[in-house]
This record gives sequence, C-alpha cells and structure tokens, in this order.
Amino acid sequence: MSRKVILCRCEDVTLADVQHAVKLGRTELEEVKRYTGFGTGPCQGKECLREVACAVAEASGTEPAALAPFTARPPLVPTELGVLAAAGKARVKVRP
Amino acid sequence: MTAALPHRADVAVIGAGVMGLAIAYHLAARGRQRIVVLDAHYLAWGASGRNGGGVRQQWSTEMNVRLMQESIEICAHFAEEMGINVWMRRGGYLFLARTKAAAERLEKNVTLQNRCDLPTRMISLDEARALVPELETEPGPGGAVGFVAACYNPTDAIVFPWPFLWGYAQAAERRGVTIETGAPVTAIDRRGDDFVLTTPAGTLTAGRVICAAGAWSPRVARLCGGTLPDRPVRHEILSTEPLKPFLKPMVSLIESGLYVSQSLRGELVGGVSMPEESNAAGEVRLGSRLEFLTTMARGLVALMPRLGHVKVVRQWAGPYDVSPDGNPIVGPLPGLPGFYVACGFGGHGFMMAPVVARHYAAYLDGEPPHPFFTAWRADRFGPGGAAPPAADREEMIIG
Repeated sequence: MSRKVILCRCEDVTLADVQHAVKLGRTELEEVKRYTGFGTGPCQGKECLREVACAVAEASGTEPAALAPFTARPPLVPTELGVLAAAGKARVKVRP
Repeated sequence: MTAALPHRADVAVIGAGVMGLAIAYHLAARGRQRIVVLDAHYLAWGASGRNGGGVRQQWSTEMNVRLMQESIEICAHFAEEMGINVWMRRGGYLFLARTKAAAERLEKNVTLQNRCDLPTRMISLDEARALVPELETEPGPGGAVGFVAACYNPTDAIVFPWPFLWGYAQAAERRGVTIETGAPVTAIDRRGDDFVLTTPAGTLTAGRVICAAGAWSPRVARLCGGTLPDRPVRHEILSTEPLKPFLKPMVSLIESGLYVSQSLRGELVGGVSMPEESNAAGEVRLGSRLEFLTTMARGLVALMPRLGHVKVVRQWAGPYDVSPDGNPIVGPLPGLPGFYVACGFGGHGFMMAPVVARHYAAYLDGEPPHPFFTAWRADRFGPGGAAPPAADREEMIIG
C-alpha cells in the first residue's frame, strides 16, 4: 500500500513534504506555504489549511492552536477576469 | 536559522531579502567570516517574496542593460551552482506601445541594447501576434487597445523568486553566515567605531552595517540618525488558476505599465500601474484593493479577450522602493562611517540583486568599486532628498 498522504490536493503537497519543510526550520504556516506551495491553488487553503496546520504542529511539537493561519488573499473565491472587468465599470449606488 | 545570535559581527546585514542574502553569501564565499543577516520577518515576507519574477535586459540606460546581461547569466546558472530549482524560463519579453512617443522610446532602447550585443528587435504587429496569437492588437469596441509598435528580446526570462532566497540563504549558512529571522532591529547605537544593534533575539555589535531593507530602508537608517530619500510605493499583483502553457514571453504595455507572464506552474502572474497614492508619512502599505483587481482585469481582457473566463485566485501587494531620481542608492551613507546602503531599486531590485550583490561584496572586500557605486552614490541627493537633474534616467520602470 502506498504511504503517500496528500494534504493539499490542488498542489499535490504531501505529508512528507510538510514534514521536510518543518525539518528545515520552516515552522510558521506562511513559511510552509511558500516552501511547499500548499494553499496556493484554486482552493487557496480552504480545504487543506487545517490538515497542514495539524501536520506542522505535530512535526514541530507545538499545538495547532499556537499556529497563525497564513494571510487570506482576495478574491474570496476564484473569480473570472471577465466578471471583474465588468465590475470595474459598473457604478454601484449604496443606499444609506 | 536556529543558531543563537552572536554578540559580535564584522558585517551585519539588515534585511534577509535577495539583496541582503546575496551580499552575505558573496562575502562569505570570499572567505569573510563573522557575518550576520537580520530580518524582522521570515524569508520571502518582503518585496523579494512579492514580486513578479521578471528578469529582463531591456532597459533604457547602458548601466542597467549591461548589469542585467550579467545578472541573467548568474540566474541561468543559479540552479546548478546553488542546487535549487528556480523555475527559470527564457521566453523573452515582448513590449507593446500604443503611442508614437512610446514607440520612439522603444526604438531608441533597441539601438542601445543592440550596441550592448543584446538581440532585441523592433517587430511588426504580425510578428507579435505570431508570438502571442491571443493578443488583440487592433482598437476594438470592447475597449481593446490598438498598438503601433512592438519590440522583443528572446533572451529575457522569468523566474520563481522564492528559491533564490532559500538558495542564497542555504549557501551562506553553509559558509558560516548566521541568518536570524523574526529579529527586527529596534535600535542602532554607536559605540566608538562600532554599531550596536538591538533586536528581540539579543544585541549585536558590528563593525559595518549594510542596510538592504528595501522600502523599509529609510526607517532602518533613521534608527542611527541617517536620512534616506527613497519612498515606498504600493504595487499590486495577481495570480490566476494554472493554465496549459500558451504564453511564451512576458508581455508588457509601455503606457499602462501592465505586465503579464505565465509561470512554469501555469499561472498567469501580472500587475498594472495604479495612480500613486498620497503617502506623506512614507508608510509601507501591503493591503490589497478591489480597484487594482478590476483595473488589471480590464487591461488583461482587453489585451487578450480569450482570458475572460480565466479565474483569478489570489492578489497581493508589495512595495516598490523608489528614489527621487529613479536610480538605486548604493554605497556608504554620508555622515555615518561604516553604514552602507543598497536600496532604492524602484521595483527591479530582485532581478538586479544577483549582479549588484556580487559587485557589492567585492567592494566591501576591498576591491575597486564597480561604476554603479559612482552613478548611484547616496550623496548625489541634496538636503531634503532633492534630486539633481538625472543625466541618465531609467525610463523602463514597469508596473
């Protein structure tokens, strides 16, 4: 049986990749994100942040709650360029 | 990065971005010891981790053309020499101009670049479309812009910026350099000829200080009474979902400052000039704005209408570190013997760092300074940071 455990499905980041990053001293989620690429695909970490945080905590001997999540970047969900281009032209009136 | 902070260093570098790490690496490679690099955050937190990864030789001044010819060769051998993949792809840079004035600038640049043995050419719009069939080059009802001229250099490249930091850091640490991240310098005091740097990780006494803190450099210099005239300017950038490889060159528009490339991961990465914000306090702003997203989306869809259905997955911001005359600021800071700067690179510090750092280390090691130490010296600015008329102002600052 394969022992490969995938934590980030968008970018194919495995448990072993995360453990390797921690071993190199990358113990913040921001650093692990940059080193492994987890959380940079279409889901932007919405599916894998918790799993990776648990793996980092276990590998570095800390509590998951002690780890800060990486900065959430807009847009909230992947958004078509055409939609954004049209949004830029619209004049939106907001009622007080 | 877990070793204790030493009490004493010959050289303390402030800023573990590509410039600071590369200077430390090259000093160590020359046999220099007792080098410490300090950073307030983690590797790739600052502008070195936020840029678009463009590495080009198409510039308007001979200094920058020649330096970048040298830098791109360092980049091309980086993976082999440092043992780390930097995802470099030499697809060239295609510049497009909408106005006659911009077209004339491109022609002038091409003449200069050819004189430096760079194979840049003015190409027809047909050739541009052959390179990038998705380009909309004619004016159109959907707001599509028409172009009048294009130039292309096939030897320009894009890289993935982050591995450069890890590569320089690993190689520097192997040669004895201490890299202390999460260690912001909160005070710099003079003790005799030395500098005493206070950080949460401890106190470090250093004979020489190199400030390579990018847009944060004026703040670092102020800690010991120094003044730097550069200012941070927020630039934003976005990344799309990964696509099948289709875009060979980095494409850049002279007038709007829009640039877009496709990384080896398949994502489109790009940005566009936005009106400069008022920022009298000189604060570094890293927030993302919807206005950038919509401006960039409009520009991209007008440039390549087929991209309308491609999804943006992420946007972020980073600071350009802009000097009053647009040229970098390097060498000793007047009035502060032993304090050196490498800043003001105006958004192209990442691609310049491999070559600048190599010459910088040679200079710190006692070799005759490269001519850029004269052209870009810190004392060229008058009181209050007033810039003299720039004889050789770089015009190809994009984004």
